[in-house]
Amino acid sequence: MAFSALPRPDMPSPQPIDAVKVSDLRSPGKQPSLLVRGTSGETGDRVFKFGMLLCGLAVLATLGLIVYELVLRSGPSWHAFGFKFFGGHDWDPVNEQFGALPFVYGTLVSSFLALLIAVPLSIGVAVFTTEMCPKALRAPLSFFVELLAAIPSVVYGLWAIFVLVPLLSNYVQPFLSRTLGWTGFFEGPPYGISMLAAGIILAIMIVPIISSITREVLMVVPQHQREAALALGATRWEMIRVGVLRNARAGIMGGVILGLGRALGETMAVTMVIGNRPEIAKSLFAPGYTMASVLANEFSEATGDVYLSALIEIGLALFLVTIVVNALARLLVWTVTRGQPSRANA
Amino acid sequence: MPESNNAATLHTVPPIALRRRITDHVMTGAAVLTVILVLAPLFAIFAYLVYRGVGSINWAFLTQTPKPVGEAGGGMANAIVGSGFILALASILGVPVGVGAGIYLAEYGRNRFGDVIRFTADVLNGVPSIVIGIVAYSIVVLYQRHFSALAGGVALAIMMIPTITRTTEEMLLLVPQALREAAYGLGIPRWRTTLSITLRTATSGVITGIMLAFARVAGETAPLLFTAFGNQFWNLKVNEPTAALPLQIFSYAISPYDEWHRQAWAGALVLIVLIVTAVAAVRFAVRRGTFGAA
Repeated sequence: MAFSALPRPDMPSPQPIDAVKVSDLRSPGKQPSLLVRGTSGETGDRVFKFGMLLCGLAVLATLGLIVYELVLRSGPSWHAFGFKFFGGHDWDPVNEQFGALPFVYGTLVSSFLALLIAVPLSIGVAVFTTEMCPKALRAPLSFFVELLAAIPSVVYGLWAIFVLVPLLSNYVQPFLSRTLGWTGFFEGPPYGISMLAAGIILAIMIVPIISSITREVLMVVPQHQREAALALGATRWEMIRVGVLRNARAGIMGGVILGLGRALGETMAVTMVIGNRPEIAKSLFAPGYTMASVLANEFSEATGDVYLSALIEIGLALFLVTIVVNALARLLVWTVTRGQPSRANA
Repeated sequence: MPESNNAATLHTVPPIALRRRITDHVMTGAAVLTVILVLAPLFAIFAYLVYRGVGSINWAFLTQTPKPVGEAGGGMANAIVGSGFILALASILGVPVGVGAGIYLAEYGRNRFGDVIRFTADVLNGVPSIVIGIVAYSIVVLYQRHFSALAGGVALAIMMIPTITRTTEEMLLLVPQALREAAYGLGIPRWRTTLSITLRTATSGVITGIMLAFARVAGETAPLLFTAFGNQFWNLKVNEPTAALPLQIFSYAISPYDEWHRQAWAGALVLIVLIVTAVAAVRFAVRRGTFGAA
């Protein structure tokens, strides 16, 4: 920083006005300022800054409050079950036996399934919009993909119940069980309501996140990387693979993890199609349950302290996992896009 | 870039092997396919919303409260108004804090402490909405001892704050430094400069950010399940359970009655139309009212 502030001999310096620090002129200790009328400016400034600081602190306090409340209220369950909570299979509110394993399993499997479907789609869309499609198509395409993110979760769920699920049970599931049934992942009655349905609807919901981040990351890949690849005689796909995607790996990974974060915490659409049965089944046609769904379904009806606190402990676990996942993703995206202005003219 | 193939077929460059050219075409085709696969659900969802929704919206739907199971008719009027009420509460609580925090970050937060707040806001943005519902439940509902519109408002406000904070900061940073310096030069105190010059210039951008946050929480269901809870009747009291459109759509969608399914579709269409018009109306008003950059 200090170096860049030095005047360069070969350039006319446009800096001198910036160099006059306004704060110097107005701080009372250094010199009496003609620019400030009396002390009202000083007092006003101090009050204003304090007020804005309070708002900033409110953001910190909110996160603090979330952690505090979750930890405090999950206490009874933690004391009753300890770490066994996340290894237990039983979810029996009547006998106050709680184990969260089926929910953890459901959340992980449905999110993983969603990534499996969404990642290739999102990268394909991002590559198409940044590298292949005519310039006139870029803005409308991005707009449409981003529109997917604007649809409320409950509307996805509604559509999934009445359109996606019948489609799955009538066509997709019979086909899958005929062709891939031997693997064991696609067996059982094709009810439609299943882990598979949850994974698919989640995939549709996280595509806009992953593809918009990927697009951003692809845009900051320096143009000369593409030119160099083309100059060596690469085809367009080779240029994209070697010159673009390879350079953007870390950022794309960040986008994928951000999508994962969203998928893990997604509640309504999943609750509406996953079947809500706390079982661990190998087949993707079987119903399941996720951490978010059990909260949505049982929280307002939970009777008894241990029951409620067991649910809050699931909430705490969900919170911690998404925090870690999101922090990781931000870090990855940040390391790629840091300091590079996005390619405005591209 | 599209010229690459043509350039390669020029005689100065050796002709590309057939396999490589085929790979290129296959991958282009694959990329087009992904776009189709991604856009298909989008159009399917909107088409279905219109197809199932338009036929189900009628005057009764927009003006009446729900009828008991088995009786035809009735509507979601109370849920539409309830949603507006909860969103108003959320905006009253969330917008000042979000904008304030954004101002702090842009004007005073170019330091380590600012980075901490910035990171916290990003983290907060990623917290699942259902978890925020739990927190609103334990800080409001448990003290009031019953579900309330206020609890729903608090939950949605918490979700609005990080988005508003970050967009406000970004928009304020776009305002040229020279404008601030001109104001200082005229002897205007810093706070006044921030409010009357910087914030005023960035108004349309800041409002766009607020609308973004608004649109995002307007369709939220999960944080309202055990805060606002829902209500079959009219309610405009802050500390009573209140109906909300997304909640009503949810409970109707998972019900076994055709009549309710019909109303769920109508509700979903109304929800999307309301969100889009709210955002469009504010953007339009802002664009006409000020001359700042969006």
